[in-house]
Amino acid sequence: MTATQDRPALEIGKDRRRKEDQRLITGRTRWTDNFQLPGMLHLAMVRSPYAHAKILNVSTDEAKASLNVVTVLTGADVADEQGGLPNAWAITTDQITPNHPSIAVDRVAFAGEIVAVVVARSAAAARDAAELVDVDYEELPAAIDLKEAAEDKVLAHPDLGTNKSAFWQFDSAGAGTGGSIDEAIDKARTDGIVIEREYRQQRLIPAFMEPRSVVVDPTSEQITMWSATQNPHILRFLLAAVLGVSESKIRVIAPDVGGGFGGKLQVTPEEFITFMAARRLGKPCKYTETRSESLMAAHHGRDQWQKLTLAATKDGRVTGLKVDLIADLGAYVALVGGGVPVLGAFMFNSIYKFEAYQFNCQTVLTNKTWTDAYRGAGRPEATFGIERIMDELAAELGVDPLEIREKNWIRNDEFPFTTVCGMEYDSGNYEAATAKAKEIFGYDALRAEQKQRRESGDPVQLGIGVSTFTEMCGLAPSRVLGSLNYGAGGWESASIRMLPTGKVEVVTGSSAHGQGHETAWSQIVADRLGVAFEDVEVLHGDTQIAAKGMDTYGSRSLVVGGEALVLAADKVIEKAKPIAAHLLECSVDDIEFSAGRFGVKGTDQGLAIGEIALATFAAHNLPDGIEPTLDSDATYDPIAFSFPHGTHLCAVEIDTETGGLTMRKYACVDDIGNIINPLIVAGQVHGGLVQGIAQALWEEAVHDEAGTLVSASFVDYLVPTAADTISFDIDHTTSPSTTNTLGTKGVGEAGTIASTPAVVNAVVDAIRHFGVNDVRMPCTPQRIYKAIHSHDVAESGGDPTAGAAAAQFDPQDTADRTEGDVQ
Amino acid sequence: MTKIEVTVDGEKVSDDVEPRMLLVQYLREKLGKTGTVIGCDTSNCGACTVHLDGRSVKSCNVLAVQADGHEVTTIEGLAKNGELHPMQAAFRECHALQCGFCTPGMIMQSVDLLNENPNPTEGEIRAGIEGNLCRCTGYHNIVKAVQHAAGGAS
Repeated sequence: MTATQDRPALEIGKDRRRKEDQRLITGRTRWTDNFQLPGMLHLAMVRSPYAHAKILNVSTDEAKASLNVVTVLTGADVADEQGGLPNAWAITTDQITPNHPSIAVDRVAFAGEIVAVVVARSAAAARDAAELVDVDYEELPAAIDLKEAAEDKVLAHPDLGTNKSAFWQFDSAGAGTGGSIDEAIDKARTDGIVIEREYRQQRLIPAFMEPRSVVVDPTSEQITMWSATQNPHILRFLLAAVLGVSESKIRVIAPDVGGGFGGKLQVTPEEFITFMAARRLGKPCKYTETRSESLMAAHHGRDQWQKLTLAATKDGRVTGLKVDLIADLGAYVALVGGGVPVLGAFMFNSIYKFEAYQFNCQTVLTNKTWTDAYRGAGRPEATFGIERIMDELAAELGVDPLEIREKNWIRNDEFPFTTVCGMEYDSGNYEAATAKAKEIFGYDALRAEQKQRRESGDPVQLGIGVSTFTEMCGLAPSRVLGSLNYGAGGWESASIRMLPTGKVEVVTGSSAHGQGHETAWSQIVADRLGVAFEDVEVLHGDTQIAAKGMDTYGSRSLVVGGEALVLAADKVIEKAKPIAAHLLECSVDDIEFSAGRFGVKGTDQGLAIGEIALATFAAHNLPDGIEPTLDSDATYDPIAFSFPHGTHLCAVEIDTETGGLTMRKYACVDDIGNIINPLIVAGQVHGGLVQGIAQALWEEAVHDEAGTLVSASFVDYLVPTAADTISFDIDHTTSPSTTNTLGTKGVGEAGTIASTPAVVNAVVDAIRHFGVNDVRMPCTPQRIYKAIHSHDVAESGGDPTAGAAAAQFDPQDTADRTEGDVQ
Repeated sequence: MTKIEVTVDGEKVSDDVEPRMLLVQYLREKLGKTGTVIGCDTSNCGACTVHLDGRSVKSCNVLAVQADGHEVTTIEGLAKNGELHPMQAAFRECHALQCGFCTPGMIMQSVDLLNENPNPTEGEIRAGIEGNLCRCTGYHNIVKAVQHAAGGAS
């Protein structure tokens, strides 16, 4: 074959600068809050200050009489119309799911819930008048503490009779994928090692930088909604399903969306309310939340207690793991809410060969902000649990934590490997990733320094943390989702339109909000069709343009949406072949496609794909019976989850005199299969790492005893700054996926999933010689200091620091005021 | 209502504004300068950072009336004659943005940082952009971009 051409080498693998950036760095952006439409009205929400209360009366007269106020809506006003916000994943068929009205009607179940909505001619007027809405509440006892709620001490929804929403179990013996966990634990109690730990996954807030915003224009035949959402397609479907509006009458646009991290996959009360208000008033309506509202009422993440029981032989071979979780749903079961812990169910066994495994999860309703997916969703919790307890096993045996992992992990020559959960891991090389990570990190030198500091009694101790993780992402095979009672499929859609000028429009059902799909998709299509990167235009995020889609979450866009692109491109090529053969006067069998050119085998004859596109557009000379278009659609349903993995190593210095922590070094080697754009991948890893590190060290959503979120601003909710963080050493090994054609694996959540246990393992490693085997997240200096001194009184007989000298210590450890009866 | 006259991105504008109107609201709502965005309500996030008489300010922390008679530069006025400012080019080159929401403020702050300290260390860069939050990048590539713009990057 003669290779054409003026195209450079393959696009896939190149560190292309992003197509998205030009407008973002010049301020030429289209955030939802930027939209101004003629006659547009603005909404402000009146939110409950109480976690649990009856609504006795909502007095709106004064607000309605205010200048420039158009109307005030209460729950009673829309009670017949609003329906309930959807839960798309009842994890059991008998799950208890409270009705979730967009505007509370007679009772509020968390502080921040909407009780009335002011619509006015300006945002300022709406907000001013919201202050004038007078609500009479009768406060009810609130279920705040997760452990107490799980015991039904106070009911979050009294009419339901219980806080227990659903109990979900996976048992390897029952599933036929492994042995009996009880037998494994009993045996280990007799002649092996049993390690039991309880870990807290604190409550987190996704804290995307763009506050949520929604605009609804009801003035055309189709009602158009712009929303800062990850899920325009799912949102459109659910608006129609809940409100009884024909889906064909709704158009949803996700314009520029400023981050999501799972936080914008929710279908929200604010979207439904703005839709209802616009429809009632016949005018465009806008609602943009304040940051405080966002932190209080947009869904939170994590919030679990994990009890783990690990059984092992005396030489450190793990024989079984039992997991007992309780997971806080908050006040309502959110869109995917109850399913989040289930996404971790298949990952506690991680990269290891366990003989027996059992996962038990109880989801619990409380009177706190609802919870749902936050970057990693279920898998960070699982990875944290297993990677923390593997370190505990190593400590028990007095061996290096990497040694205990190697003893138990799946060897490279054992892939593909079916786990104790029945998941088939397609490919991986834990040995290679670990070896590379150790080298980059300087593992042996740091261990030597740690030993030296330990022996010399250095007040600054060094801790080294390990996390060898895998995860399942790329949600997901539709049949598997169906078997888990999930409400939707996991396919993705793509269309390729060959324009007569030879340019290419790619329509994707993925909905990027920072991931760089426009760039990466262009690279994939450029290679597949042999066209220039610059000639590919990627269109997304508008249901009128990208009619079909399953949107962006769960590290699915590339491994699912990318494969749809490949299928669509291949269809274009197949459609072009008979036309090329006709024009070149040869048999279709003699046509070979390579690098954008349809050539005739054994000759130098050929036509570029752009020439075929123009000829097809003109349609003057096409073979009989051939449709005059090359445009193609494809929908791809994956056959398997994606299983990226990696080895993360973290070194921290801890000042044992103050509890102060400094991160010294962080190195990781992620194996995500083939890489489309290394620059974008690095960005995903860096950002993921910091979110995971932030869980370990800084972030926590704190509700007080009354259920008020006290970390409801960026003053109190500690999203890290540049000054808190360090630069990272990242690299990759490559074990291409064998379940998709591009050989890719998901990367969007990997850093967040892997990093949290690496950091906490480093913290514990630095101070384990003080008798410490855990520090609760976030590992604040106070908690570290207290852990170091937790044995002081018993050992020295001295008095604990008391009185004024102890003033800086909060005896209740109020970084988490909802901790139950903890260790 | 108070009448103000401001030079924004090189152009003189004049409006009657409520005394309580914030500069960022004035830029977005009255002038359509939506490149500057609002990310919080406690002046923590820095997404709204602009230059007031050449120095960075969080425009949610300045009243529109305080800008009367002064000069404001936003992200939309940073490129000159179609040429990106070196800091904008560095952000693109170093992949220092993902969703891009913090980017206008981050770039404006970084420009101010280099104006004051043309050759900052990594630590000085990190301290210098501490008032601007980013949730996507982990700051790694933002730091690199500032180094790149300073000419110190490899």
